[in-house]
Amino acid sequence: MLKIDRRLISSFDWISFGIVVFICIVGILTIYSATRPPLDEGEQPPFYVKQLIWLTIAIIALCIFVSFDYIKLKNFWLIFYITGIILLIIVLFMGKTAMGAKRWINLGFFSFQPSEIFKIIFIISISSFLEDKPSPLSVKDTIKTLFIFGIIPFLLIVKQPDLGTAILILTITFIIIIYKGLHPKLMIILLSILIISIFFLWDILWEGLKEYQRNRLIAFIDPNIDPKGIGYNIMQSVITIGSGGLFGKGFLEGTQGPLKFLPERHTDFIFPIFAEEWGFIGCLILLSLYFILFLRCFQTSIIAKNSFGKLLSLGFTSIFMLYFFINIGMTLGIMPVVGIPLPFMSYGGTTLLANFIGIALIINVRMRRFELFYP
Amino acid sequence: MTLKDRIFIGIISMMFIVILLKLWQLQVLNTEKYKKLAEQNRIRIIKIPAPRGIIYDRNGIPLVENIPSFAALISPEYTDKVDVNLLAKILNISQEDLQKKLKKKHESIYMPIRIKEDLTFKEIAMIEARRSELPGLIIETEIKRHYPFGPATAHLLGYLGRITENQIKNNARYQNLPSYFLVGQTGLEKIFDERLMGIPGEKIIEIDALGRELRLIKESPPVKGEDIYLTIDALLQESAYKAFENHPGAFVAIKPDTGEILALLSSPSFNPNMFIEGISGNYWNELVNNSNNPLLNRAIQGQYPPGSTFKIITAIAGLEEGVITPDRTLVNCTGGISFGKWRFGCWHKEGHGPVNLIRALIESCDVYFYELGRIIGIGKIHKYATLLGLGNSTGFSSEEKSGLVPNEEWKKNVKKTSWFLGDTFNTAIGQGFLKVTPLQMTNVMATIVNGGIKITPYIIRGTEPHKENLNLNSINLEIIKDALSGVVNEPNGTAAGARSYIIKFGGKTGTVQVVSKKMKEKVSYKNIEHHAWFIGFAPVEKPEIAFSVIVEHGGSGGSVAAPLSRNILEGYILKKRQLNVKN
Repeated sequence: MLKIDRRLISSFDWISFGIVVFICIVGILTIYSATRPPLDEGEQPPFYVKQLIWLTIAIIALCIFVSFDYIKLKNFWLIFYITGIILLIIVLFMGKTAMGAKRWINLGFFSFQPSEIFKIIFIISISSFLEDKPSPLSVKDTIKTLFIFGIIPFLLIVKQPDLGTAILILTITFIIIIYKGLHPKLMIILLSILIISIFFLWDILWEGLKEYQRNRLIAFIDPNIDPKGIGYNIMQSVITIGSGGLFGKGFLEGTQGPLKFLPERHTDFIFPIFAEEWGFIGCLILLSLYFILFLRCFQTSIIAKNSFGKLLSLGFTSIFMLYFFINIGMTLGIMPVVGIPLPFMSYGGTTLLANFIGIALIINVRMRRFELFYP
Repeated sequence: MTLKDRIFIGIISMMFIVILLKLWQLQVLNTEKYKKLAEQNRIRIIKIPAPRGIIYDRNGIPLVENIPSFAALISPEYTDKVDVNLLAKILNISQEDLQKKLKKKHESIYMPIRIKEDLTFKEIAMIEARRSELPGLIIETEIKRHYPFGPATAHLLGYLGRITENQIKNNARYQNLPSYFLVGQTGLEKIFDERLMGIPGEKIIEIDALGRELRLIKESPPVKGEDIYLTIDALLQESAYKAFENHPGAFVAIKPDTGEILALLSSPSFNPNMFIEGISGNYWNELVNNSNNPLLNRAIQGQYPPGSTFKIITAIAGLEEGVITPDRTLVNCTGGISFGKWRFGCWHKEGHGPVNLIRALIESCDVYFYELGRIIGIGKIHKYATLLGLGNSTGFSSEEKSGLVPNEEWKKNVKKTSWFLGDTFNTAIGQGFLKVTPLQMTNVMATIVNGGIKITPYIIRGTEPHKENLNLNSINLEIIKDALSGVVNEPNGTAAGARSYIIKFGGKTGTVQVVSKKMKEKVSYKNIEHHAWFIGFAPVEKPEIAFSVIVEHGGSGGSVAAPLSRNILEGYILKKRQLNVKN
């Protein structure tokens, strides 16, 4: 049996945990509201029950992932990382196809998204890899990191195709490299390469995009072009949010979700449903909770006792924030539509579990920040 | 905290501020706009057309009715799932046509798309039998406008069509109607559209994103339009339509003592039942490109020189002015008169010999009326022509043409030359610049046989028409009537060949030269035949009907228009008897 240290419990980050669980419960209520059938006809789809079960599993996972010292993860990073890459390769060959993309592996009793698992492995691995490297990174180390943790997974995930996650992985690689320290010269070179490649590779990139991805970009630039197509999602999302007003229509009083005007209403577009029913005030409270959570997670990376802990918490914080901003920005029509869920609120078991493992590791780092007690 | 940490926190804060600002903009500043859009998403108002009023003829025979019809529609969400092959086969339409209909952009993405109207019972049975293979297919019962007399009443009743852009712009009544509504586009359907249309019903429903009706919020049933009772006699109208055999021309009949219009026919006609739900492109092109112009309503819009029928007016002018008596011989017709270097011929080249007014009317002697014209002058001719209603719209319809009665002033202003005696001669026998419509001439006839009361013709039963007593001497009118009876019933009359043994009618023939005789040999186009006129009344003893017939390029009035008139009258009477026997 695990030996529970009282000091550990006293330094457990109840605030982050409380906020996360609170957001999840708000999420489940919103999922319930979004998927309720109109006019009591038909049955309530079991999405909210499933999500509740996943939340329970996720909390258990959280307990497990705070119980051991995170430092131990460092020893296994290479095994983790190779397993992760193999998973990504497997999904390319054996994956279940859904909506033109292979993102799932079916294990018979349940299916999961390897790219979600990979995100955790990725953060652990890149943090371990960079921990002992001198700061700022040498040119050689930078290129190594970029190649191993940026380019390889990027290509594998883009192939699924899951452009959103692929870009996310690449972005986090950059964030961590920059945080670790980048040669100013290298920074300039990288920036120029990035800009030039966008210019020259635009056509190739454009051609390489699937049709639905292209449509999303067009719709983002002008949602009115095709109101029933992709632009329709953005328009309906904005209508849903806007019609909430200052105080909202009230819980279970929204019309856009149950009448199915808003697509993906319990997954990617859960935020508009919340905004419609709880209004600007509700959004303000929700956003504040996220803000506190992010600051607290980031604080962990500042106060962590070692470089590995810093990078680990920074990596997960970055993932949460990027997901959050891209998702909210998309629903507000200020970012293109990419299928990215809102952390802790959107329906989706694997993602919830992965996010809880992320939070667990951040809390883990925070709990064991005092070098004195845990040499 | 290091500088890097501060920058990081700064970026996070900035992004939250951007999100909050955007939320403020959407939820607080523009919330009314988005609330409205959300309501528009959810609430749909469906206007239900009211059954239009029925139009009846004077005997209660419906000229247009509402009959049930079945249309096949398809829900928009099924357009790409439906089995095109099967559907095209069942509905008996080509696959390309069906594809086109399915792909066409519609005003509402939620509205079912019409595929075919007027389904036969066989087609309905076929659809019902294979229902499960055709998801999303809807069969709707609708009310269709049907014109039982078809082309015979086409110009009169007009047709329906979808509301046009112009109508929406110019008429407030149409502004709230959906564009699939059918409204009157011509004829009585247009003129009385407001009365016939009734009040559309309204259904306010809540729908979901697929346009499925979830809940009825409010419903107000449509109110049927007002029925309209006409003075038209459907049997007479039909008889006239049959008599014309699609030859270009017109027939107008009026009840002389009341001004009721009994028939108003323009030929050739079109089939108004083909106009329901938007005319097919082919049929429309056929109508528009037809050189006989079937869409023109000749009865009120066709303008022709009146020819010899105008002699009635010249005669009235002479009698009223006291310059002639019926029996006094005015001229000795030798087949024409010379005037300077010009020669004005009589249609009877051998000459009529000495003629008085009675013979001049019966035999239509041109020389008599040249002389009469010369005596009274264009001023008097113009006065009586105008008095009897020529040169002006009768006041029946705003679409009427007004025709033209020339005088010296008109010629000076328009033609920029002075009036010659030759112009008077031409006008006196109904040629030259004169222009009249069949309706005008019918009304002239009616005024003469009803004792000189000019009545504004009307078509809606119960209308109080404007009546004007022209104070013409009734003896003079009787003289004219007798003479006109002679035109048909005397052996030397110009319409003697048209004499009827079923009904005794009188009238005046007219033959309008379209091209002068000299020109006739030179020109090669086909429309060089004369226009044939006959304006008349029946029965002679107590006129119940005044009428006019014009046959464009038909030939002479006596040999074409008068027999046609007889056929119309006899056809009507026989049909009526037949119906009475049945009843």
